[in-house]
Amino acid sequence: MALNKEQIARRIAQELQDGYYVNLGIGIPTLVANYIPEGVNVILQSENGLLGMGPFPFEGEEDADLINAGKQTITTLPGAAFFDSAMSFGMIRAGKVDLTVLGAMEVADNGDIANWKIPKKMVKGMGGAMDLVAAAKNIIVAMQHTNPKGESKLLPQCSLPLTGVGCVRKVVSDLGVFDVTPDGFVCIEHAPGVTIEEIKAKTAGRLTIAAYVKEMVV
Amino acid sequence: MNKVVAGADEAVRDIPSGAMLMLGGFGLCGIPENCIAALVKTGVNNLTCISNNAGIDGFGIGLLLQTRQVKKMISSYVGENAEFERQLLSGELEVELVPQGTLATRCMATGYGMPAVYLQAGYGTEVAEGKEIREFNGKNYLLEHAFDSDFAIVKAWKGDRMGNLIFKDTARNFNPLMAMAGKITIAEVEELVEPGELDPNYIHTPGIYVHRIFKGSNYEKRIEQRTVRKKS
Repeated sequence: MALNKEQIARRIAQELQDGYYVNLGIGIPTLVANYIPEGVNVILQSENGLLGMGPFPFEGEEDADLINAGKQTITTLPGAAFFDSAMSFGMIRAGKVDLTVLGAMEVADNGDIANWKIPKKMVKGMGGAMDLVAAAKNIIVAMQHTNPKGESKLLPQCSLPLTGVGCVRKVVSDLGVFDVTPDGFVCIEHAPGVTIEEIKAKTAGRLTIAAYVKEMVV
Repeated sequence: MNKVVAGADEAVRDIPSGAMLMLGGFGLCGIPENCIAALVKTGVNNLTCISNNAGIDGFGIGLLLQTRQVKKMISSYVGENAEFERQLLSGELEVELVPQGTLATRCMATGYGMPAVYLQAGYGTEVAEGKEIREFNGKNYLLEHAFDSDFAIVKAWKGDRMGNLIFKDTARNFNPLMAMAGKITIAEVEELVEPGELDPNYIHTPGIYVHRIFKGSNYEKRIEQRTVRKKS
């Protein structure tokens, strides 16, 4: 069985290490915050100017001046800090943020990513995505392996306008976990009940299966 | 020294049609609500607005779009606005989409007196088209220019008569950067106090950058995505 969104988020949460500063994008990446392993303390960065983002506020305690990058009302945790947008992207650019998790429409086997624009259909802007992918030192993409038509989103090259080039290090999809290497995608884990044959059939980009491939624990 | 003006109408009175404006805020958080309303009243048009977002239908910069006062938007994300989309697709409105960190840093460069900066964001994408590319330490960067903005309009939490400003929570966002970047900077604040009442240690924007300040009123502070959890 392919994984659901929560399971993808749960698997990505296993990548978190104690003391990490982490930026979570909108969608599946946001769910990662719900599955941070016991004993692992991470500090969440929101690129509109906050380190130490906490959970949603209790009903009636929401504050219009306190939102995340998805414009949702949030809270702060003890030790939080606010800053302006230039400093926010400055700390990302300077490699201070340990991990960035974001969604994608397409990823190529050389690490290129497309996630901001569908010509003539969706032209809403890139927000902070181009800055994050250009500069973050470790990028994990959370995505569905195929589009609603069943076509692979892990490609030899992106067909949509690029967000960044050669930047994705790892993809966690509903079918498995893939490192992005000079040899293309390397499948290191498969979802429970998903066969290697299915992964091969649904991956259009260059793909090798690691000798040590194992079943995902979610 | 007294930079206080009576209100938004007086603060924006000399902004002419065709001006290039910076407007602070992220989404609807920390936007200069009073000045936007005043600009709608003056009816100036052909404005170029530099702002991370373009408001929503009927609020924020959305109000200026409704009245067709905006010629061009320079923004990073404009997705929440149907009227915006309509004007963009019909060719009535020009849009320059800029990566958010690049937008913030170009504002910063303007306020720091730097003509341009080299930034990575957008290398290898359509954002890089026509821009100078330079390699540093094996990585490629785009030359990104500061803005030539006539006016910057920001919203702060507290300010004093000398123009010193303090922002609140994530309503800070682009505001202090833009405050530094206007040839004329207008600040609307929730609390206007006397010099000496704000601790100099906690000033985000020193008054040297601010030319006009007034106490705003009737802040609506709309929330775009109200997300809450239940008390268990």
